[in-house]
Amino acid sequence: MDSQAIAVPATKSEIVHEHSPHLEHHFATESQQREASNFGMWLFLLTEIMFFGGMFTAYLIYRIWYYPAFVAGSHWMIIWAGTLNTVVLICSSFTMAMGVHSAEIRNRKLLLRYLIATLLLGCVFLGIKAFEWHDEWEHHHVPGLNFSINEFTHVDPRYPLDKPLPRDMAEKTQDYFSLYFLLTGVHALHMLIGVSILLFIIFHAWRGAYTTGNMNFVENFGLYWHFVDIVWIFLFPLLYLISRHQ
Amino acid sequence: MTEHSKKEILDTEPTHHEVHIVSPKIYAVIFITLLFFTGLTVAASYLELGVFNAVVALAIACTKAVLVILFFMHVKYSSRLTKLTVAAGFFTFLILITMSLTDYISRAWGLW
Amino acid sequence: MSASTVLKLPPQETADLPKKSYLNSEYGLKSWLLTRDHKRIAILYLFSTVFFFTIGGTAAAFIRLNLLTPGGELMAADTYNKLFSIHGIIMVFFFLVPIAPAVLGNFLIPLMIGAKDVAFPRLNLLSWYLFVTGGACELYAIIWGGMDTGWTFTTPLSTHYVNTHVIGAALGIFIAGFSSILTGVNFIVTIHRLRAPGMTWFRLPLFIWSFYATSIIFVLATPVIAIALVLIMMERTIGIGVFDPARGGDPLLFQHLFWFYSHPAVYVMILPGMGVISEVVACFSRKRVFGYTAVAFSSVAIAVFSFFVWAHHMFIMGISNYSALVFSLMTMLVAVPSAIKIFNWSSTMYKGSITFDTPMLYTFSFIGLFTMGGMTGVMLGCLGMDIHLTETYFIVAHFHYVMVGGMVSAFMAGLHFWWPKMTGRMYPEALGRLAASVLFIGFNLTFFPQFILGYMGMPRRYHAYPPEFQVLNVLSTAGASILAVGYLLPMLYLTWSLKYGKVAGSNPWRATGLEWQIQSPPLTENFLETPVVDFEAYDFEWLANKEKNEVQSVG
Repeated sequence: MDSQAIAVPATKSEIVHEHSPHLEHHFATESQQREASNFGMWLFLLTEIMFFGGMFTAYLIYRIWYYPAFVAGSHWMIIWAGTLNTVVLICSSFTMAMGVHSAEIRNRKLLLRYLIATLLLGCVFLGIKAFEWHDEWEHHHVPGLNFSINEFTHVDPRYPLDKPLPRDMAEKTQDYFSLYFLLTGVHALHMLIGVSILLFIIFHAWRGAYTTGNMNFVENFGLYWHFVDIVWIFLFPLLYLISRHQ
Repeated sequence: MTEHSKKEILDTEPTHHEVHIVSPKIYAVIFITLLFFTGLTVAASYLELGVFNAVVALAIACTKAVLVILFFMHVKYSSRLTKLTVAAGFFTFLILITMSLTDYISRAWGLW
Repeated sequence: MSASTVLKLPPQETADLPKKSYLNSEYGLKSWLLTRDHKRIAILYLFSTVFFFTIGGTAAAFIRLNLLTPGGELMAADTYNKLFSIHGIIMVFFFLVPIAPAVLGNFLIPLMIGAKDVAFPRLNLLSWYLFVTGGACELYAIIWGGMDTGWTFTTPLSTHYVNTHVIGAALGIFIAGFSSILTGVNFIVTIHRLRAPGMTWFRLPLFIWSFYATSIIFVLATPVIAIALVLIMMERTIGIGVFDPARGGDPLLFQHLFWFYSHPAVYVMILPGMGVISEVVACFSRKRVFGYTAVAFSSVAIAVFSFFVWAHHMFIMGISNYSALVFSLMTMLVAVPSAIKIFNWSSTMYKGSITFDTPMLYTFSFIGLFTMGGMTGVMLGCLGMDIHLTETYFIVAHFHYVMVGGMVSAFMAGLHFWWPKMTGRMYPEALGRLAASVLFIGFNLTFFPQFILGYMGMPRRYHAYPPEFQVLNVLSTAGASILAVGYLLPMLYLTWSLKYGKVAGSNPWRATGLEWQIQSPPLTENFLETPVVDFEAYDFEWLANKEKNEVQSVG
């Protein structure tokens, strides 16, 4: 399967005189390859929409059914941590977009700076998330493992006007926390995968791979990163901000 | 076959979409807007709006998502195919939600 | 049956296989296991899916053997439960869902559109490895004790009441699901972006339209069963309570998520078959497919509508009557595009020059059996009828008519039709026609009695039954043994043909389509020169003109 000369007559799009090293043999032009890989990435993101979609459906059903339990559960979320995480991810989306831009204008140093910034912000997010989960473990809010409804059957000192939940509704807080851990867990897994791929990208970017005209990989990874950010944009209000008023 | 008709045939190739480089200024504006909306959604959650709490929260989240999709993910500057693909994804998600809801909303049992 | 045939083989005394092809371009196991050639990947898939077919078929054999007697003396009830679960899972997830897309689609899509390969060849290979990994995981679950919830993993049975290898089975399907997703992504991008110059959407063979629709379903539906299975696994390991009524969970939520995939999945199983039928019907009627646009759009319509009907599998499970009404209405609508296709294929045959070669015999099989299966599906979509017929053998008969009578017949049609292209050799035509007839007879004998059984009230998934049902069960088992012969014959003669079959030449069926303009078997890079397309699909006049002016040279 060596590169044979492809007998494609010249078209309006760019004329390929030489076989660029990045051009795969089954594509006729680089723009075709770029558009194909971009389209493929978007299709993969569609599968991610549907994967998270199943979880969002479960969340929606149980929130409708057990709203007071969801409110009580949400009151235990650490609001500053969630808000900070949201800000961190939005910043990382910005730095990622700027990174892609740097690759487009072929500026290696700038690309590296933005990629490393994105990486650091991603790690900060994961760190804060770990802190939150640890806090939930401490409070016996981990379903199936150490869940206890004690804190929901008594008056919450931070929300003195709220009534404590009746026992059967208090038990439903476990559904809230199940969905909380499921949603944030799968999201964190995607973040972790993203961070790992970022390490790979930073290494190759340092060697100049993406600033010599073939930045498909960075661009497509950017799409993935923004998508994970969008999931969090929805998770934040749904999990943390159910009802913060008194 | 004449050269002319050959060219005609070749011009029916899949659409070639021009690459558009988005300026950093736009990214910065969107970034600030997203931060603003984040603050807004947190503030709104402290207000007593009844059922509209959820509506406002989702509306703000959707706005933020749309901004990220259109600008950070370049969909505003992408081909029609990309836009259609994104729409198809959200459409299917909405079908999952709404048609499942036809069951849950109209059940006589299970509602608390 | 007359010996009428369209076959035109090169003179066998002088003909030989081409010197270079994708089969001999490289030798050695590594060249196959690390290949990026879509054709080789298709062959890899063929081996794995046929392997799983034999496992699922063996389970079926034991099921039918047990049902010979009403007391179910052959095995314990739990064992029977495991067997039908294994049969279902293997046949659905490891045979029917992958086979046509991964074998026929992988092989033919680039050839039909004039491309050198699929858009992402390495992802293609990865998808095969994911399939094999998922299959291995599934086999582990089976060998270590199996699972007995049925292929539908109904909650809370699967989460709280059985002690079998549910997690292992679910994991196998989860992994194999990624294989489907990658295949779907690959096909969509390939069809959009890699078409040869001049190959507009409406010049594509209808086969491509069907596979495009199938791929849409792969991408949008598969992730939902992935999350459903993840939830099952979490429920069983940690006990999060999401499907546990005692903890406020709703078992029906699992079913909503499961069937949101599994209903479109059945269209994944049938759409490629419909694509094959379009090609075969055109070739063996020597006529273009009637109503090209209607057939093309109906494929996409089936894919879209398939997402709106899933709860018709849940009518008696406890969903509200109002949503049942909505889903029942949608079910009626989804039957329409399928019917459109049947009408169009029939119209294609009208006033065509029909010959009775093996692929066409399987096509006749398909049209008759799929219509029966489809119409019984509409019957089941009626709420009143479904209450009586659901969870009986009527359902079993219905889905076997569409999946086996429909899809497997179509796959056999496709396998025989493109066998000369894939291998360069013809299978023995007489044996082919015999196998097709045996399959038709065996199939009907197996499954028609099951319609009656179901209508009379015999429940499905029961290892024993009231004695008055025995005669029909015996008929069904007898049919199953004939059906097995119908499957065994092709396995034998197709293998035989690899060495001893007649040399086929590039276009033995004198069919239209880019894949028939190149040598059989094709070169690794498919086309020496990128073809330029300026003719419509199924243009038999163009083909006749071309044949007049060319001398066929083989070898």
